[in-house]
Amino acid sequence: MALNMADTDAVIRVRGLCNRFGSHVVHEDLDLDIQRGEILGVVGGSGTGKSVLLRSIVGLKRPDAGSVEMFGEDLTALSARRRSELERRFGVLFQRGALFSSLDLQENVALPLMEHAGLTRRDAEDLARMKLALTGLPPNAALMMPSELSGGMIKRAALARALALDPEVLFLDEPTAGLDPIGAAEFDQLIMTLRDALGLSVFLVTHDLDTLYTACDRVAVLSQRRVLVADRLAVVEASDDAWIRDYFHGPRGRAAAQAAESHTPTTSGENT
Amino acid sequence: MASTDHVTTDSAPTGGRSLDDRAGRLAVEDGRLLVSGDWVLAHHGALKDQVAAHRQAAGEPSADQAVDLSGLTGLDTAGARLLVALVGAEPMADVRQWAADLPRARQALLETVARVLREPLEPEPSPRATLTDGLVDVGERVGALWQQQRLLLGFIGLTLTTLFVNLLRPWRWRLTALVSHVHQTGLNAVPIVALLTFLVGAVVAFLGATVLRDFGATIFTVNLVAFAFLREFGVLLAAILLAGRTASAFTAQIGAMKANEEIDAIRALGLDPMELLVLPRLLAMMIVLPILTFIGMLSGILGGALVCIFMLDISATQFLTILQRDIPLNHFLVGMVKAPVFAFLIAVIGCLEGFKVTGSAQSVGEHTTSSVVQSIFMVILLDAVAALFFMEMGW
Repeated sequence: MALNMADTDAVIRVRGLCNRFGSHVVHEDLDLDIQRGEILGVVGGSGTGKSVLLRSIVGLKRPDAGSVEMFGEDLTALSARRRSELERRFGVLFQRGALFSSLDLQENVALPLMEHAGLTRRDAEDLARMKLALTGLPPNAALMMPSELSGGMIKRAALARALALDPEVLFLDEPTAGLDPIGAAEFDQLIMTLRDALGLSVFLVTHDLDTLYTACDRVAVLSQRRVLVADRLAVVEASDDAWIRDYFHGPRGRAAAQAAESHTPTTSGENT
Repeated sequence: MASTDHVTTDSAPTGGRSLDDRAGRLAVEDGRLLVSGDWVLAHHGALKDQVAAHRQAAGEPSADQAVDLSGLTGLDTAGARLLVALVGAEPMADVRQWAADLPRARQALLETVARVLREPLEPEPSPRATLTDGLVDVGERVGALWQQQRLLLGFIGLTLTTLFVNLLRPWRWRLTALVSHVHQTGLNAVPIVALLTFLVGAVVAFLGATVLRDFGATIFTVNLVAFAFLREFGVLLAAILLAGRTASAFTAQIGAMKANEEIDAIRALGLDPMELLVLPRLLAMMIVLPILTFIGMLSGILGGALVCIFMLDISATQFLTILQRDIPLNHFLVGMVKAPVFAFLIAVIGCLEGFKVTGSAQSVGEHTTSSVVQSIFMVILLDAVAALFFMEMGW
């Protein structure tokens, strides 16, 4: 396995995970670590269980076997109270945003602040507007309802809600899917900026090759019911698995790699 | 990449450890602002008070104010927001210059937040309710009610044209959908309709018997039950039940499809949602409600009959004889003739409300409620009008 078991600074440690739907086995004996402060890209063909993996890690789906440790604790074994405490330390951006449709944007973001941090509505909404601005939404968006928003704005607002409690770990399920290339590039940049500014660890499920090349520190490839490789992009690319070769060395993969190469000097200059 | 020199921010609410000794503090020393401790969400309330107190004493933040951030042990966005309020957005954007010894990640966080807060975040518009607002609201509601009725009439017209056009083209009848809806709205509703009318039948018989006993006319309980159920209760109870059970289902089904853009997909494929979705539901309702009405009549009269037999000493033979002798067929027809009309209205209102859904879960809820309320209201209103009409006609 490409995993480095000796590394102790993992915020999330998945061991021997099995997930089944009826007789359909999605994961079998899957291992994965997420290091503190890294952006881990998770890729895989459609139906390889990327979203299921995300749901098992955040505790929305109980795994059929195996363990998921977050911050060194097993989510499924905790009491409801302790678990809720732990759940405040990560934020999830769902594929379609999952904003509460009966609340406007600032209420969406303020909700966890009022419920968990015990802020007054005024303070919570003030902070919420700041978070919305942080994700690049204009000030007048704060009072809009989710149904009035475009896809890109929904993603940003959902990110603001995921960031509401200043989580340590951020789970993103296809954050750039359905965004135009400019919006997607901005989103990648935003995630990197926030990671650097807030010290996040990011678990990022994506199909977007550009995101992989520009934003991710490590890439985990899901295939054949487990994590095939999880390593730096250069190492993953060099793997001789057929699917990985097709994925990274197909026409789209090559284009994204070239784009990233010509772009790298500016991004690294900003970040160091 | 920056992940290598990344610094943990200690922003998480930590379980057992006491936070108080590390809570963020603000002090002034020789004109310098001393910022120390954890400036995190957990201490937001206390920190906000300190910042507000300082702002009140010192006035607007100025660029010359010396600030010492070296005692800062923890920082998250909430804390950063307060620090920006304390220092001012412009000076904080240059934090790299005057707090060079601050860890890189915290500088970045402060800069990012300061950049965002340079532009004023729009304050909430103050809600003000005046008398004119109230009048405007009333006017809007009346207008909406009028629009609603126009829309309903338009939709009825559209449904009827689609229906007649399709009647002439038997090869386009959607029998599978029709049968499926008959099953869902009709067959599955038989037990509840039968039970409900049975109970109401028994209650009516009891009520009648109590009043009629004083006149020594207990025997007329039979006429009462039969009249009530043939003319009114059979059809009314069945219609109200279907309005609650099926109109809401139609609205939710079509509404969810609308929200999921399925209606648009049907149109884009060159198909007609009226023909595909509305007609099968409408026809199923019009087939089913008369049958359920009939079942309701039978079961209500049965309920009344059981009370008569066991409580009032009227034998079953006597009951049936009176029924046959005293109750002419036209009462049954008066009841039955209303069923298709009610069915039509319930189905049309249910479908129309579904088409009015605008995408959010809340909208589905609102329109489902509206469809049930409207269809029950319409059924009762129409029934009252019909009762007057039939009475005047002497039918």
